[in-house]
Amino acid sequence: MNEILKLLEEDSRYTPAQIAAMTGKDEQYVRDTVKRCEEEHIINGYTTLVDWDRTSEEAVTAFIEVKITPQRDDGYDRIARRIYQYDEVESLYLMSGSFDFSVIVTGKSLREVSRFVAEKLAPIEGVISTATHFIMKRYKDKHRAFLVEPEQEERTLFV
Amino acid sequence: MMDYEKLMSENVRSLQPSGIRKFFDILDTMKDAISLGIGEPDFVTPWHIREAGVYSLEQGFTKYTSNAGLIRLRGAVTDYLKRRFDIDYDSSQVFITVGGSEAIDVCIRAMLNPGDEVIIPVPSFVCYGPLVTMANGVPVYVETKAENEFRLTAQEVRDAITPRTKLLVLPYPNNPTGAIMERDDLEAIAEVLRGTDIMVLSDEIYAELTYGQRHVSPCNIPELYERTLLVNGFSKAYAMTGWRLGYVCGPAPILKQMLKIHQYGIMSAPTTSQYAAIEALRGGDGDIETMRESYDRRRKLLLKGLRDLGLSCFEPRGAFYMFPKIDGFGLTSDEFCTRFLQEERVAIIPGTAFGSGGEGYTRICYASSVENIETALERLGGFLDHLREKR
Repeated sequence: MNEILKLLEEDSRYTPAQIAAMTGKDEQYVRDTVKRCEEEHIINGYTTLVDWDRTSEEAVTAFIEVKITPQRDDGYDRIARRIYQYDEVESLYLMSGSFDFSVIVTGKSLREVSRFVAEKLAPIEGVISTATHFIMKRYKDKHRAFLVEPEQEERTLFV
Repeated sequence: MMDYEKLMSENVRSLQPSGIRKFFDILDTMKDAISLGIGEPDFVTPWHIREAGVYSLEQGFTKYTSNAGLIRLRGAVTDYLKRRFDIDYDSSQVFITVGGSEAIDVCIRAMLNPGDEVIIPVPSFVCYGPLVTMANGVPVYVETKAENEFRLTAQEVRDAITPRTKLLVLPYPNNPTGAIMERDDLEAIAEVLRGTDIMVLSDEIYAELTYGQRHVSPCNIPELYERTLLVNGFSKAYAMTGWRLGYVCGPAPILKQMLKIHQYGIMSAPTTSQYAAIEALRGGDGDIETMRESYDRRRKLLLKGLRDLGLSCFEPRGAFYMFPKIDGFGLTSDEFCTRFLQEERVAIIPGTAFGSGGEGYTRICYASSVENIETALERLGGFLDHLREKR
């Protein structure tokens, strides 16, 4: 199973037939495994890595440190849920160290993101403070570098 | 006007230029062509290794090293050989060369007197024969067979031995066939060599790239250890082809003589590369594994693809090449590959480029993206359909 997951994480466009060939497994086995992983939320979706900086789309991403007071009974989860339900929130992690949540927020402009923090995130009950860091350039995401490296010049040799 | 041709070494003039050049010439003129022709890793050298090279430059380590190479690197090589292959050498039995290629060259030049014979299994990488010729030796080619999975058999060695035999080349895991030699195969050869003075030149540049079993070196066979010159390098295991770094190991008295050739011809291997190589050996086991697993997936993909197209292909268990049979279409290997390139824009290498015994085969390198391999298979399918219709 893990081998199949690693391949899909590398490129989710691999077809069951390709994965079957590469792993030496039966194609039906691959299909069944993927289906089961989807059902069990081991696979939580498929997406595409877009470098929006190369498009005309205006987009801003911020990384926000959030400190909170954990709630009785629910600990962090209840507040987490209240944060991640917003569409603006791309990712949310509970962190060790000097703050509690790391929230990745996307928006169309600095103002839009700032407004989200001021009007939606900061007022949530239990949130003590926020510190917003805007991302200036995305170099690498999900193991993929976004800068295009130069190609070495063509070589004619026989090895 | 001077007749330069006439002035030149007859040995050099007698060498055949590579027939592969025309493929690259055609390839260069094509758009959206796919090359599964060049045999090298498609990975960039892992960053921590590159960084070690860069750091050595920052520190100003830009001078020659000792002829034999950095002591730390030689120590790292012997540690590595022990750790990965259970081979024992001390650092007086190693020196660092400019790629495996130089290591092969110095082995041959150090051992041969004019007229000495060198047994070379073919199909194999193209350098052995010409290097033997330039050392005034005589290459004796032995064709390995598909039915033996392109292993060299004891009988084939026995049949090739003459009183002039000095060296036996063992190029395994093999380029272009992907063949490997297992312990039994090597023990059988050890039996044939017992009592002779024949030395073994073991080119193990693909030793880390085996699938399903670990590489067995002649050095792992007690009777062969004392007569083996081991050649290896960094190009294939660590994706470091451009760094040009390899090494040779063997009996100290031979290495001592051999080092003179390196000393006068090369001085010392590139210093930056040597520092990077220390990092590769110390911290690169994980990289080898990641790359090997990736090649293995593509190996399975290509093998299935070729067999689905109806080609007979022996399952290669080493290196990153596949050597399918393509003789059923009324074309020579060269014609097949030339037309495949011209009509379908995919470069693969005719088996004949690797010596006799390669007719009827082609080498496909699967160190290329899954996308390239799939596209190449698609185009090959179309090409084969076309050839089959014609027949």
